[in-house]
Amino acid sequence: MSIDVKTAAHVAKLARIKVEEDRLPALAEEFNAVLGFIEQLNEVDVDGVAPMVSVTPMRLKRRKDGVTDGNMQAQILKNAPDAREGFFAVPKVVE
Amino acid sequence: MSDLNKLTIAAARDKLRAKEVTSVELTEACLGAIDAADALNAFVHKTPELALEQAKAADARIAAGDAPDMCGIPLGIKDLFCTKGVPSQAASRILEGFRPEYESTVSQNLLDAGTVMLGKLNMDEFAMGSSNETSVYGNVVNPWKVDDRSLTPGGSSGGSASAVSADLCLAATGTDTGGSIRQPAAFVGITGIKPTYGRCSRWGIVAFASSLDQAGPMTKDVRDAAIMLETMCGHDPKDSTSADIPVPNFEAMLTGDIKGKTIGIPQEYRMDGMPAEIEKLWADGAAMLKDAGAKIVDISLPHTKYALPAYYVIAPAEASSNLARYDGVRYGHRAKLGQGDGITEMYEKTRAEGFGHEVQRRVMVGTYVLSAGYYDAYYNRARKVRALIKKDFDDVFAAGVDAILTPATPSAAFGLGEMTDADPVQMYLNDVFTVTVNLAGLPGISVPAGLDSQGLPLGLQLIGRPWEEGDLLNTAYVLEQAAGFVSKPAKWW
Repeated sequence: MSIDVKTAAHVAKLARIKVEEDRLPALAEEFNAVLGFIEQLNEVDVDGVAPMVSVTPMRLKRRKDGVTDGNMQAQILKNAPDAREGFFAVPKVVE
Repeated sequence: MSDLNKLTIAAARDKLRAKEVTSVELTEACLGAIDAADALNAFVHKTPELALEQAKAADARIAAGDAPDMCGIPLGIKDLFCTKGVPSQAASRILEGFRPEYESTVSQNLLDAGTVMLGKLNMDEFAMGSSNETSVYGNVVNPWKVDDRSLTPGGSSGGSASAVSADLCLAATGTDTGGSIRQPAAFVGITGIKPTYGRCSRWGIVAFASSLDQAGPMTKDVRDAAIMLETMCGHDPKDSTSADIPVPNFEAMLTGDIKGKTIGIPQEYRMDGMPAEIEKLWADGAAMLKDAGAKIVDISLPHTKYALPAYYVIAPAEASSNLARYDGVRYGHRAKLGQGDGITEMYEKTRAEGFGHEVQRRVMVGTYVLSAGYYDAYYNRARKVRALIKKDFDDVFAAGVDAILTPATPSAAFGLGEMTDADPVQMYLNDVFTVTVNLAGLPGISVPAGLDSQGLPLGLQLIGRPWEEGDLLNTAYVLEQAAGFVSKPAKWW
């Protein structure tokens, strides 16, 4: 499996990370180094093995479905790069 | 009294109880040491006013009687922990300016016990690295030095390692996703334990790979690790994977008696090209445990070789999901936008500017292995291999093995910058002995055991049964006493 420049650009797009055109070949090469390393996993016989979901055989705790917290608008907006009138502000989404 | 910053937690606790010192004196000694150690670049956000305020409160609590063991102990906190009102940015540009409105459960547990926070410690960006060279704050320098090179303290908890080794604090918090407590502890000659997955709450710790991340203490000796771990642990309803089981008094379990215990030596950890010194250290460690009355047996963990490749699918996959939250909307950095840029451009520019190179690479590798068409071939296969790695351990524990002894790292600390041109996989190999433990969710501890021919510290790792940190710490305590490692770095900073 080898990653080409086009795939590298597609992955960058999916990850929402802007990568300049001239950086793509080097990036594809780095992906290939990592993926080449990962290829070793194909040597393992995994027939009939269930993929691990949790390392401890614990049932996840559940709590009563109820409101336990809230009313902290100011704290939630405090670290926002741009907050206006009680909302997070972002560039226009719909034309 | 001078050199109070050099005390262990246990010694400081006893002196505080005996009214020989105050927490304010301990804290002032550490703050002085921190200010004189900027060359190490370990503390990146100093909080002296807060520390002195907490120290005064601790002194009042101790005077009133019945204070917890950790009361009045000055600590460093890794930048990965959210600390209320204090910058917490996971050593990343993308969290520049972020001051959490809440406190992580582990750091809150420490505060509730009366500890003092001296400041935040440098680390690899988002805990992704093994040399502390990916931090937005710059490299951390290892206090150990053998020539004119600056050495890495390891990573990702490099600031914690450097600070404890250089006596800038009595102990520090670390986190460990693939070896990030144990590898740096070994590189600087201190003790570090990663407890069983679920022992420490992950709530409020910036997430890297949620099925692997665990917090733990980095301390000057095993006794301190036992004391501090007990304070950090405990069930937390805010982390659904946090274990609701009692936390024992770990310090009381340090009996020094391991007679009749069975220690496994896994043949698969004998790597090609392993330095003879590490091989010898490992054999010496086994001999020490045998002299103490333990039975040493050869064991096999057949899937060891596949641990690192499985990790480099699972960890990036989880990271790509966890780091999706850094979008420039709710906190941290937002890129300056150009004319006509929409929300997609905002995400893409923000993440390109905010994430460093290694973080970007891992997020994209994770995105790839989770993407349509590759999910089964990579991610599901890695999770199956992970199940086999855990079964290897289950089998040896079921056969009566109490703990497993391995080297902590494949080498001593290397020079900063020496791996810059290597391909990323070379750096990943640093975690070859530690990463299996995260994949299996087990407790693992690194104990300094000797110096190499250059005079740099080397560590041994002990791996224990799930939830049996007390037993593991006791075995580590025996190893520590037998190895008698007392070397400290000569002060040059």
